[in-house]
Amino acid sequence: MKSLGSIRRSFAPWNDPEARPYIVFENVTKRFGDFTAVNDLSLDIYEREFFALLGASGCGKSTLLRMLAGFEEPTSGRILLEGQDLRGIPPYRRPVNMMFQSYALFPHMTVEANIAFGLKQDGMPKADIEARVAEMLKLVRLEQFARRKPHQLSGGQRQRVALARSVAKRPKVLLLDEPLGALDKKLREATQFELMDLQQELGLTFVVVTHDQEEAMTMADRIAIMDKGQVMQVATPAEVYEAPTSRFVADFVGNVNMLEGTVAERSEKTATITGASGARIVVENAGDAAAGSEVAFAIRPEKIKVSSRPPAAGVPNVMEGEIWDLAYLGDMTVYHVKLSDGQVVKASALNSARITEDQLSWNDKAWISFAPDAGVVLTR
Amino acid sequence: MAQAVQETLSGTTAGQVGEQGLASRAIAAITGRAVILVPYLWLLIFFLVPFGIVFKISLSQTTIAMPPYTPVFNWDDGISGFLANLRELSFENYTWLLDDALYFNAYVSSVVIAGVSTFLALLIGYPLAYAMARAPGSLRPLLLMMVILPFWTSFLIRVYAWIGILKPEGLLNQFLFWIGAIDTPLQIMNTNTAIYIGIVYSYLPFMVLPLYATLEKMDFSLIEAAQDLGCTPISAFWKITFPLSLPGVVAGSLLVFIPAIGEFVIPDLLGGSQTLMIGKTLWNEFFSNRDWPVASAVAIVLLLILVVPMMFFQRAQARAQEQGR
Repeated sequence: MKSLGSIRRSFAPWNDPEARPYIVFENVTKRFGDFTAVNDLSLDIYEREFFALLGASGCGKSTLLRMLAGFEEPTSGRILLEGQDLRGIPPYRRPVNMMFQSYALFPHMTVEANIAFGLKQDGMPKADIEARVAEMLKLVRLEQFARRKPHQLSGGQRQRVALARSVAKRPKVLLLDEPLGALDKKLREATQFELMDLQQELGLTFVVVTHDQEEAMTMADRIAIMDKGQVMQVATPAEVYEAPTSRFVADFVGNVNMLEGTVAERSEKTATITGASGARIVVENAGDAAAGSEVAFAIRPEKIKVSSRPPAAGVPNVMEGEIWDLAYLGDMTVYHVKLSDGQVVKASALNSARITEDQLSWNDKAWISFAPDAGVVLTR
Repeated sequence: MAQAVQETLSGTTAGQVGEQGLASRAIAAITGRAVILVPYLWLLIFFLVPFGIVFKISLSQTTIAMPPYTPVFNWDDGISGFLANLRELSFENYTWLLDDALYFNAYVSSVVIAGVSTFLALLIGYPLAYAMARAPGSLRPLLLMMVILPFWTSFLIRVYAWIGILKPEGLLNQFLFWIGAIDTPLQIMNTNTAIYIGIVYSYLPFMVLPLYATLEKMDFSLIEAAQDLGCTPISAFWKITFPLSLPGVVAGSLLVFIPAIGEFVIPDLLGGSQTLMIGKTLWNEFFSNRDWPVASAVAIVLLLILVVPMMFFQRAQARAQEQGR
């Protein structure tokens, strides 16, 4: 499901050398006094892309969005939309609209008036405005609430009004600042899919800011993971999860085991990593890790197999330890295995059978193993 | 009073331990009602009773006596005397107010001066309040303090200080001479301009504080949203900021308009002898002419001028609020 969106559409202009990016951030830096919010950042976003900026608070993702909307100007660098430099163009002349985290609905106007607000500013004829407002109300299924004031709506309804208002003008780019942040979990999950459908239906470019990795993974075609004003990695959700390029990204997205060590041997395809305790790991996805370099081997818990008996001879990457902790979560069980060198490795197993034949309990001796291509070697 | 009730109640229940809960609930109910009574009592004692006294005086006639008006209720002569007195009461003083153009002009002039002053205070106070509301959070208490600070000096002294500034050889004229802007002193003292300056200066905090309170609460992302949807900053102000600050505008305007209309000290000190304001007229009737009944009638009419529009306004506001729900 994670990469379903991109598979379904087979939409990947970023792999097409002919495709021209729609939005370009070119060495953009933004400083507030001494604080550098965005640091020499370059980024391409393509037309009709659902692009997510993911990062912890204070990583500069919102500043990036606000620069695109025109509320902040870059200290240096350029932002291009369809090849046009946006510098000096005030927010009210930019062909982008924003959905605010607080929704920023005008409390003294009805739902209708809120949606019509931007259209009126454009001087659209009255009949056209009415038609467009009706269309938008239908799109977000709020027809019966047209004459209500924002404070008479629920959180989810308000969110939809904000959405309708921001797409009513058919912007070239829709910016969404934590669009689902104020909703409860159930509603958030349902709304994620609504947003995706809406984006498909309208054929707009969406740039969404979020700190929720699940939200970004579900909705986005590509995710930019940000830290300290810089982009750490831009990739599809599957790539970000399966092939992180740095310790930060591997750690930020999902659960991960980080095994630190030194590259002992290096061949064309494989590398052998020696851990602090002398354990040897043979891996395939070694990238550009040179022999002798300090690296981390990142492996997801679900890619590690735990068993109560030593695996057959010839199975690579076997380590011995004991069950330190375990949590039964219904659909799966999470094991914390303490290796002989003291490191605790997380492993998870799907409970596909009703009762596991290989039941492990606290303090049991256990063996973990994983395939050479199960994880990635990270040099950064 | 509530305490007395409490004591008697607890006295009766002292022997009946089983009914303690019931009794304490009764006490709570009574004290609850007593608390509501307090503001009504306050209104009764400090507003309605004085109002009744003033109204009573306004119906009597002036005489050379102590107090200087014919008695209204006199129980000395029994029922017949009381009725005779009652027959003496008349609305003559009110018709007198209508007959003499002085009063009408004074009322109109007061309303105009108070209205213009309120508008000027709004014009100056709004940007002040707006700047305060948008100032960094750490600076706001200081700015608020600066608005309130003048209250630490007597109102009278501050108005007197303006005489020193505005008089022909005062600070303002000296300054304008010094920079070479004028060669004859400006005659500001004893004009309506001086009254406007005095009223706007004195009542500005009453305008700024409610405006600041509403603007400070406002979510400034609304303005960003308006700009994002195509509003220039100026049109965003008129379409979003101003309508949302209307409660503050109304509250501030009433707080300035109401005291300004009956203002006496400022027109008396800064406006000179020819100023026509109802507060001054009232003072003259009361202290110079010693005509308490007419002065009382003037006061009652002033109250009506203020209360009636306010009641209409409040009802309209309540209705708007009900519709908003």
